[in-house]
Amino acid sequence: MNEIEQFTKSEYKYGFSTDIEQEMAPKGLSEDTVRFISAKKNEPQWMLDYRLKAYRHWLTMKVPTWQNVHYPQIDFQDIYYYAAPKVKPKLNSLDEVDPELLDTFKKLGIPLEEQKLLANVAVDAVFDSVSVTTTFKEALKEKGVIFCSFSEAVREHSELIKQYMGSVVPYTDNYYAALNAAVFSDGSFVYIPKGVRCPMELSTYFRINAENTGQFERTLIIADDGAYVSYLEGCTAPKRDENQLHAAVVELITNENAEIKYSTVQNWYAGDENGKGGIYNFVTKRGICKGNNSKISWTQVETGSAITWKYPSCILKGDNSIGEFYSVAVTNNAQQADTGTKMIHLGRNTKSTIVSKGISAGRGNQTYRGLVKVSKAAENARNHSQCDSLLIGDKCGAHTFPYFEISNPSAKIEHEATTSKIGDDQLFYCQSRGISAEEAVSLIVNGYCKDVFKELPMEFAMEATKLLSISLEGSVG
Amino acid sequence: MLSIKNLHASIGGNEILKGISLEVKAGEVHAIMGPNGSGKSTLSKVLAGREEYEVTAGSVEYLGKNLLDFSPEDRAREGIFLAFQYPVEIPGVTNIMFLRTALNEIRKYHGKEPLEGPEFLKLVREKTKILDLDDSLLKRPVNEGFSGGEKKRNEIFQMAVLEPKLAILDETDSGLDIDALRAVSDGINKLKNKDNGIIMVTHYQRLLDYIVPDFVHVLLNGKIVKSGTRELALELEEKGYDWIREEQKEEVV
Ligand SMILES: Nc1ncnc2c1ncn2[C@@H]1O[C@H](COP(=O)(O)OP(=O)(O)OP(=O)(O)O)[C@@H](O)[C@H]1O
Ligand SMILES: [Mg+2]
Repeated sequence: MNEIEQFTKSEYKYGFSTDIEQEMAPKGLSEDTVRFISAKKNEPQWMLDYRLKAYRHWLTMKVPTWQNVHYPQIDFQDIYYYAAPKVKPKLNSLDEVDPELLDTFKKLGIPLEEQKLLANVAVDAVFDSVSVTTTFKEALKEKGVIFCSFSEAVREHSELIKQYMGSVVPYTDNYYAALNAAVFSDGSFVYIPKGVRCPMELSTYFRINAENTGQFERTLIIADDGAYVSYLEGCTAPKRDENQLHAAVVELITNENAEIKYSTVQNWYAGDENGKGGIYNFVTKRGICKGNNSKISWTQVETGSAITWKYPSCILKGDNSIGEFYSVAVTNNAQQADTGTKMIHLGRNTKSTIVSKGISAGRGNQTYRGLVKVSKAAENARNHSQCDSLLIGDKCGAHTFPYFEISNPSAKIEHEATTSKIGDDQLFYCQSRGISAEEAVSLIVNGYCKDVFKELPMEFAMEATKLLSISLEGSVG
Repeated sequence: MLSIKNLHASIGGNEILKGISLEVKAGEVHAIMGPNGSGKSTLSKVLAGREEYEVTAGSVEYLGKNLLDFSPEDRAREGIFLAFQYPVEIPGVTNIMFLRTALNEIRKYHGKEPLEGPEFLKLVREKTKILDLDDSLLKRPVNEGFSGGEKKRNEIFQMAVLEPKLAILDETDSGLDIDALRAVSDGINKLKNKDNGIIMVTHYQRLLDYIVPDFVHVLLNGKIVKSGTRELALELEEKGYDWIREEQKEEVV
């Protein structure tokens, strides 16, 4: 085995599963499944109606095939659409959370006892189809910040849900968005009222546990006039031989002068060395800068999943609004990723920045796909895109597909793309200076990603650095 | 300090080194000359531990240890430094970051504290001055977009910071302008002392005006076929390699 190959082999340390009594929906998808989920969540009629409309629309749609990824057809009747740990009907405090669950999150490095958490991070913990608990709720309430599970929001903040849900990603948007709207299970809801700077980082930790179960979460974040919030999601799943589907929808809305910073550290199980198992991560994420002078930034570190398919996007509607996309995506072994962003410039003096760093190792394959669209009315739009690919070894691949649709001549668009390679020559050079191959890869990769890592909240930047080293461990050797 | 005995090495079943023997004592400078493709770079890389070459016979002893047992990084940490004929570009890592990592890895191996911040910068400043190296090269990714001469100078700069015991310089002089050649030679001469050994691969005797070798060896077709002093280099410059090839043939006959 050559140097590079050895380095890409390493263990997924979140691969354990929790043995807990589950309540499942019957396998497969039908109107009954949709009704079952809605009933389980005590939803009002309007929510069920919405789900059913989405389901009926989904039936008319076809699986998209334009992405540059390859996988066997998914049998949508062979998936469970709802799985929840059996718990007492209402949770008033953490004492009532199943200790088995607390233990699971502890093992994942997310202790849910408030006193043990990072003092400035509130967490919503989602286990399969339900939110287990949300921390620091009281402290946030004082500021008027709503941070709760999506299910709770449907019941308790129905006006906001009705107003905003589907306003950025309608269920007609795409195949998986329609599927999600029909069967979405849980997720997080955030509302930051006018003029409030959210006093802590908000974060949701998604854990898939049950076998053959899809996770369909939905997240909705609204920052009202002048509000600010930084939100982070993290994800892991047990090691299983079957592929599991994760089809989420995330919608962000910023009103005037508001800002949302959305960070993702995605570490779903990626499948084994030979591509067996792993999560299919098919996600629709979109934000709209509705108000003038508002800003949305997406930062993602994507290291897991067998297949990743997502394009966090910004619709820059308000004048002077800003959209940013910072991404590190790693594909190792047999992983595939087709990811990128869309920046849609509608307002005047809108600005977007795209920094995409793709790292392929092993037989990993990835595609950057990005669209910058400047509408006729978008005077003085600015975009800067930087798309870099780093190849580790010679069996991996990277492709870059930047698309530009510019309908206003005042637009200033800059695009740069580079491809670099780390091969045995680079590693030997480092070794000949006393740096081991593993250190060399981690040195190169971290240097390469620093423009993205600096956008992450501090604690998570360190986490991401570690994660990257782990996911590339064994990629040289 | 270095004792190579009957070293054979091949790649993809092709034997390239065909029985090399060479003794380098502390304080000595050895020049290796020889036509293109004779195996000079192969010898350098085998000594530095490049694994794609298979050592099929022979031994290499370095400071009393079996060098061939060491990983490439441990050879570096034990004081071997190879200045590459074709230095490699390392994307995303600044020259200075790279050098600090290397230096501190070597220090760690010897149980020394890492050199950080101001101390490290002081050392770097000193060495850049000797080599007349532009500061801006420090902040750029290693060798990325460096000119041919800048790359060579950067190799010697790294050597100056890492202070190896045995330096193997593979055609460090080619591609250097006249001023750079002088700067680089100065750098090499500063490293030279009674405890260190230097092996210089070169095609031009001009370098040997600046760094005077104790021995000159001719590598031909994977073997050292002739050894001598400075004068041998002058003779080669004048007459080329054909007469040595002739001598070889006669010997065989
Ligand atoms: N990786 C390789 N694969 C195949 N052949 C190789 C490889 N490396 C070296 N060789 C061959 O080994 C021989 C010696 O090469 P080497 O680079 O050691 O020569 P050199 O003496 O350094 O030449 P130059 O003066 O041109 O630098 C050449 O014929 C070369 O083609
Ligand atoms: Mg050579």
